[in-house]
Amino acid sequence: MLRADRLTKVYQSGGRPLTVLNEVSLSVEPGGFLAVVGPSGCGKTTLLGLLAGLDTPTSGSVILDGNDLGRMSEDERARLRAEEVGFVFQTFQLIPTLTAQENVQVPIELGAQRHRGTEARDGAAARALELLERVGLAGREHHYPSQLSGGEQQRVAIARAFANEPKILFADEPTGNLDRANGQRIVELLGQLNREMGTTLVLVTHDQELAAQAGSILRLRDGRVVA
Amino acid sequence: MTRLRFLVAMAWRETRASRRRLLLFASAISLGVAALVAIGSFTANLQTALRRETRTLLGADLAWSSARPFSDAVEAVLDSARAAGIGVVRRTLFSSVGYVRRIEGRSRLVEVRAVGPEFPFYGEVVTSPAGLWDALDTGRVAIVDTALLVALDAEIGDTLELGRGRFRIAATVSDVPGHMMGGINAFGAQAYIPERFVGETGLIVFGSRVSYQALFRFPGANEAARFERSHTRLLDSERLRSYTTDDAESDITESLEQMSQFLQFVSLIALLLGGIGVASGVGAFLAGKLETIAVLRCLGARRALVFAIYLTQAVALGVVAAVAGAAAGVLVQLMLPRLLSDLLPVTVQVSLEPEVILSGIGIGAVVAVLFALRPLLEVRLVSPLEAIRKDYEAAPRRPRDPLRLVAGGLLLIGVFAITMGRHDDPKIGLGYAGAIIGSVVALTAAARIAIWIARRLTSGRVRARWPYVVRQGIANLHRPRNQTRAVVTSLGFGVSLLAALYLIQANFLRQILRATTESASRPNIVFVDIQRDQVADVLSRAESTAHGAMQVVPMVPMRIHSVNGRDVPTLLRDTTGRRPLRWTVRREYRSTWRDTLVPTERLVQGAWWEGDGSAEAVTSGGTRVYPVSLSTDVATDLKVTLGDTIVWNVQGLHVATRITSLREVDWASFQPNFFAVFPTAALASAPTTWVLLMRIEDARERALLQRRLAEAHPNVIAFDVAVIARTIDRIFSRIAIAVRFMAALSLTTGALVLLGAVAAGRLQRIREGALLKALGATRRKLSRILLSEYVALGVLASVVGIGLATATAWAFTKFVMEMPFSLPAGPLLAVFASVVVLVAVVGLTASREVFRRTAMEVLRDM
Repeated sequence: MLRADRLTKVYQSGGRPLTVLNEVSLSVEPGGFLAVVGPSGCGKTTLLGLLAGLDTPTSGSVILDGNDLGRMSEDERARLRAEEVGFVFQTFQLIPTLTAQENVQVPIELGAQRHRGTEARDGAAARALELLERVGLAGREHHYPSQLSGGEQQRVAIARAFANEPKILFADEPTGNLDRANGQRIVELLGQLNREMGTTLVLVTHDQELAAQAGSILRLRDGRVVA
Repeated sequence: MTRLRFLVAMAWRETRASRRRLLLFASAISLGVAALVAIGSFTANLQTALRRETRTLLGADLAWSSARPFSDAVEAVLDSARAAGIGVVRRTLFSSVGYVRRIEGRSRLVEVRAVGPEFPFYGEVVTSPAGLWDALDTGRVAIVDTALLVALDAEIGDTLELGRGRFRIAATVSDVPGHMMGGINAFGAQAYIPERFVGETGLIVFGSRVSYQALFRFPGANEAARFERSHTRLLDSERLRSYTTDDAESDITESLEQMSQFLQFVSLIALLLGGIGVASGVGAFLAGKLETIAVLRCLGARRALVFAIYLTQAVALGVVAAVAGAAAGVLVQLMLPRLLSDLLPVTVQVSLEPEVILSGIGIGAVVAVLFALRPLLEVRLVSPLEAIRKDYEAAPRRPRDPLRLVAGGLLLIGVFAITMGRHDDPKIGLGYAGAIIGSVVALTAAARIAIWIARRLTSGRVRARWPYVVRQGIANLHRPRNQTRAVVTSLGFGVSLLAALYLIQANFLRQILRATTESASRPNIVFVDIQRDQVADVLSRAESTAHGAMQVVPMVPMRIHSVNGRDVPTLLRDTTGRRPLRWTVRREYRSTWRDTLVPTERLVQGAWWEGDGSAEAVTSGGTRVYPVSLSTDVATDLKVTLGDTIVWNVQGLHVATRITSLREVDWASFQPNFFAVFPTAALASAPTTWVLLMRIEDARERALLQRRLAEAHPNVIAFDVAVIARTIDRIFSRIAIAVRFMAALSLTTGALVLLGAVAAGRLQRIREGALLKALGATRRKLSRILLSEYVALGVLASVVGIGLATATAWAFTKFVMEMPFSLPAGPLLAVFASVVVLVAVVGLTASREVFRRTAMEVLRDM
């Protein structure tokens, strides 16, 4: 499903090169669950960005569902994300001007450019409602992000992540901004959706307990795989 | 001391990385200041120039004018003045249709200005070729307005025919002193001829409009006023109008003042709208500083200190923006005399006006600080706790802050203080302050309403039907800490200026042009001053080209002799409320006789007479009293009503009338309308001239007929509706230049507020863009979303601006010009479209960064 080969990322920092990722390779099977762990600043987030095609590596390659990201343009990668990738962020990243339901609809509508029309749109709305119900937010679909608690916002974000039925889901410290109980709920939710929908899951966290639920774990330190 | 140094240092450091953005917010103020300084300084320069050259405006120290030839009594005064060493020169103004024989089919309405040999006493006449003005003293020549040569297709050296007089065109002239004294025919191109040939033209006949003038030059200062005072009685009894250099100066300075005040009024509104932009920008800037402020508070900074730091920034920013504005204003001031030299009656020398510059800087800085105050106050309320709380937790509800009200109050007081300080009369100052605040309130209210409606229209079910990019774009307008209202308000103002100007101009011109465009039966050419013995011939010549019916209307010049038995001097001495307005009893009435109503008038009181009115004429005390119908407006100003009697002086004969009806008249129509309409029986034998109204479709045929009539009956004057419309358009476009300039300025202010808003929301926008990219949006989609956002913004601003402009123009057309109002859709759509394009281009250009950043940003802590 996902394979990375000797990924290296070098940033220019104050005029000097800074190697954030150094020859990291990994692979995840379809339906698999990989946790990337490590202390802050070890390059976790950079790796996630490269794997999802948000950024381009200095060297190395990423094959996502058979697509070599290095050979795709920015817009092609965007299209790939719209159709096959889901995201959950540490800071939720809901669009503040859209209601919960509209936020969930965004990926559907971004992916649905080839089958537009009222029918598709009604479908999107129905699907968004269904997803919100699944994450336990039935009845809150017309709330704006600012009217929701942190845990609720993250559940909306998860509903959004699954909205386009992604083949692979990237989660970046999804519980980092939540308290214990809410964090636990989110992890359970992710695991449940992973099982039910067969979505490949890549989770970045510094939380060992959380990582323990993954099928495989990749440990990073100073931009290198340590185990 | 160290405290103060820390404060200033902190304030300075705190602007790091956002100095450019802060200056952008503040630049919205700069434009307003620039306009105030440029207009104020230039007006002051112009006034100085006028005061220096005041005698040039009149071309003399004193001038008298009369609609009748000077009586023997006046001639005697002129003779004795001459004998006393006072310079006296005559000038006679009248209308003619001029043509050049060798050029077929052309003629042009001319205002003939016949001048005596010493004219003008003061100032210099610039002729082209140069130095030919003196040719008027010796030859049978004319020196003409360039427009006349163009209209006639003539050249210097051609012979200009004015009535029976023939004059060799010696030169053209651009600027002749003395033009500040009343002309008689605004539609005529000017031609100067020697005064001694007036009689030869044969143009002054019964009914002609003529202004007979005498201009004086006194050897010593103050003698003009003394001379004028010693002849007050003569002036009154002879109905002479007396004009001193002071009158000429105050005439022009008054209109100058009005223009300048209007422009400064607009500048102040632009300045205040810029202020709203500043408030909005500062608010957004501070929103990004909340964490810093909380940290400062954690570290032990007291509220007052934190507030002082940001207040210091605001003051510094306001001063920098205002100084920059003032500098720009001075630059504009330096360029204005060159740009406007054709329009100005005097040569303007530019000099710096420190008072204007300093007050401009002061006003700009004060406005910036006052507007920044409200968002700044929030700074005091930031709790140190916020430094450790995460931003997803809803910000704690802040208590209502009474100081916000104080800040609002200060702002109001500031506006009043500024306008009161600029006007000597407190009433006018209050009026302007009220109008300014009213305009700003109306604009913000309209913006609020439009945004509210947009929000309603694009939420819930309605929104669900729209394409995603559009929905997302419109939703962006409501993003937290958005500046939609500030942008819509400031842009809306520019749009409203532009649209209101256009609407008023278009409605006015449409009314004038109705004759040629709307209905095929309306007249489009009018011949006046047709004498009794010329009527038959004129009609027979005109008949062949006429389209539809020709209308021949008699016209009898007359004055009011008495009202209800009291003569004019008695009437004017009346101290009770019954004293008529001066113009109603002093003017020369041109009345008509007819026995039916015409379509442009409506009977509102009383009854129309039967037949020719002779049956209703009654004899009382040996005189016949005829019925008469007055227009409602003249009846109001004359303080008369049904049943009152008026005795008219018709060329020395008294005609007694009783008011039997009042008519409401549509003056705006291109039709002969009359204050007083008499029954046929009353006037049929009075000395009369006729007016012929007709329609000739073909412009060339219209020109041909004018030319043929000019040759056969030179005293008959033609008014072509097209020429009139062109003249009015030209007068309008001079005012329009100034208003367009202000509209451009306001639109630029709006664009700056927009840029500031984009800059203020920069991080949020980039984050949103990155997020959407991460979720799979292509750059194309992103750009469509942004495009929808800015198009929606442009639409809102246009709707607000055009809506307000329509309301203003409607009220102005309806109540001030008293004309029907219409909304020309095409040009308004063009304004609408160009504003939308402007906003979209500015917005998208300013948002380039959103496309450039990678989706990776969304994972980074921003």
